[in-house]
Amino acid sequence: MKSNNNLLDKNIELVSYADSLRWELGENLHDSITETIFEDAYSIASKSVSSIDKKVRTNWEVSLDRLVTSRIFGFPIMFLLLSLVFWLTIEGANVPSQFLSSILIDDFHPMLKGLSASLGIPHFIDGLLIDGAYLSMAWVISVMLPPMAIFFPLFTLLEDFGYLPRVAFNMDKLFQKAGAHGKQALTMSMGFGCNAAGVIAARVIDSPRERLIAIITNNFSLCNGRWPTQILIASIFIGSLAPASLAGLVSAGAVVGVALLGIFLSLVTSWGLSKTVLKGEASAFSLELPPYRPPVILRTLYTSLIDRTIIVLWRAIVFAVPAGMVIWLVSNIHIYDLSLAEYFIDFTNPYALFIGLNGVIFLAYIIAIPANEIVIPTILMLTVMTTGLIGTGQGNGVMFELDSIKETGDILRAGGWTVLTGINLMLFSLIHNPCSTTIYTIYKETGSLKWTIFSTVYPIILGLVVCFLVAQIWFLV
Amino acid sequence: MQNKNINSDCVNCPVHNVANLVKLGVDMEGFNYVVALAGNPNTGKSTIFNNLTGLRQHTGNWPGKTVSRAEGGYEFKDNKFKIVDLPGTYSLLSTSTDEEVARNFILFGQPDVTVIVVDSTKLERNLNLVLQILEITDRAVVSLNLIDEATRKNIKINERELSKQLGIPVVPTSARSRTGMDELLNYIHQVATGEYVCKPYRIKGYSKKINKSIDELSKRIITLFPDLPNARWVAIRLLEGDQTIIDAVKSGEIGSISVSTSNSISEAV
Repeated sequence: MKSNNNLLDKNIELVSYADSLRWELGENLHDSITETIFEDAYSIASKSVSSIDKKVRTNWEVSLDRLVTSRIFGFPIMFLLLSLVFWLTIEGANVPSQFLSSILIDDFHPMLKGLSASLGIPHFIDGLLIDGAYLSMAWVISVMLPPMAIFFPLFTLLEDFGYLPRVAFNMDKLFQKAGAHGKQALTMSMGFGCNAAGVIAARVIDSPRERLIAIITNNFSLCNGRWPTQILIASIFIGSLAPASLAGLVSAGAVVGVALLGIFLSLVTSWGLSKTVLKGEASAFSLELPPYRPPVILRTLYTSLIDRTIIVLWRAIVFAVPAGMVIWLVSNIHIYDLSLAEYFIDFTNPYALFIGLNGVIFLAYIIAIPANEIVIPTILMLTVMTTGLIGTGQGNGVMFELDSIKETGDILRAGGWTVLTGINLMLFSLIHNPCSTTIYTIYKETGSLKWTIFSTVYPIILGLVVCFLVAQIWFLV
Repeated sequence: MQNKNINSDCVNCPVHNVANLVKLGVDMEGFNYVVALAGNPNTGKSTIFNNLTGLRQHTGNWPGKTVSRAEGGYEFKDNKFKIVDLPGTYSLLSTSTDEEVARNFILFGQPDVTVIVVDSTKLERNLNLVLQILEITDRAVVSLNLIDEATRKNIKINERELSKQLGIPVVPTSARSRTGMDELLNYIHQVATGEYVCKPYRIKGYSKKINKSIDELSKRIITLFPDLPNARWVAIRLLEGDQTIIDAVKSGEIGSISVSTSNSISEAV
């Protein structure tokens, strides 16, 4: 032990010797070291690089950059490109979605039921596994796979081409004004794919203060678990307000609107935090605009399919299966005359209606904490059950897919849904607690229970307040 | 901890420090060598990583995509290589999380080879990082990536001259079209096995005053930690007041970086 301490003393002595030398060398040591490295790099480069083209960036790149990052056109171009991507997704996803659901639900589900009946499997097991677990999985696949298979490759193409850093460049000034780090624009963009990924990406931000802001506000980036909800509800309630020929465009516009609201909330929250509990100046950073590169289309399709679509889909299935079982259980375990689900819905309905939602939505959000992806199937199933629309579904606790978006709309309307419910669901889907994976990631990244709870509770409260305000305005008008 | 076995069979012996690698979370079971992949952001590290490993890590035209480390492996000439993709950084001087991840890995993990991926269209700027990495480790290979883009922009790079200057192998590559990969694999193998002996460039333009301080300090460092291969670099970091290095010196942890090429030591298993 003694010799060990002795050694440590010598180490500390060494450090203080270095400290004394640093005093002698003066303040600009860091700069002069950096300069030396730069000079050496220059001399090596000049010996080995010949015919350096002064105009390294070609003309079209420069003018394209001027255009997409210009003060006037930067944001409209961003808005148009995003709208185009969503419009293609909404228009393109319908047909494959119906195809998948007709196979998985119309054909395969009765087959499984028939098989289990012929094997004499008891109702409880058969219901839990086939009506609960299998159907929830089938629903997730048929509803989520087509939009993801269209959305992710398109988004990845934009990314590969080099557009996303330009978005970050455009957003940078806004984030700086909000007292946050400009790189938050990058983590926010990653959040559009997955919030948990966005939270991890916040590691690129050096200052702990700004990193925390980026982590807390990442939830306001609409993640891919929520895109399908937005797209479906917008098609049912917003698109139907417009003439049929424009419905797709109007729905796409509504989804982009919600996404932009998310960006806005992210900025406002950043600003609020940096003016109160997380005070400080925004630090500067340099963002290198990468050259535009022609995307390698086939490989992009392949990697975005493997890397994003399949992984996200798998996650959704993993969470949907147990959730499907929970739904089946809460709607089939009865105390006296009512099921557990009905007790909860009846109890919360008065409060929920007051803020333009309903008890079904509340229950669905509790069941769907593990994954936002299954909110809509849960809502549909619970709606059918409580309104007693026998004949549309396959009985209590069965998650099902309807053949068309129109029929889905009919069910929701029969469940007492109005345009207000649709709008508020879209808003609440944007502004509520992060999914359990993201909450866990926030805890791992911040290491702070306090900030994890804040990141979870703050959006719920904000969401309820926003829905309340929208409902009050709606009731007035 | 200091239980060293001098291994007589130096030629075939990996020089990496297993204990430190395990501490950094690298599972070395079944691997002969560890290769680190470093470079500026958005130079194509992840694409090279995918090419070498056959993995499909998502690549993107996006600086700062790889935040934490990704790992994979490949086999070449009967040797199993573990490859670690480090986050892209512009320097190893400041202390953001990603720069620290990269630097600590090269410093404490002592990879057998560090592949430095540079953007050929911005060689001068990328060399800043190359020079800093060469201060820490002897064993490196430069992958002159995006060489096709450089050619398109009329930038001609004399890779033999560059290799002579830097004292390490330089391989022109284009990861997107998979050219130069075989040569890269070959050089990684040669440097790892010691077939190619690197004579890395060391930054020399410091002022007399700074040089004197570095010399005095590194002399003292060597007496305390005689096996340290990069005492000069540690001296500079101490002079700059780098907290991680100060802590590592105070705790003696810096002494665990004690394996040098000349006397290979394999940890007793």
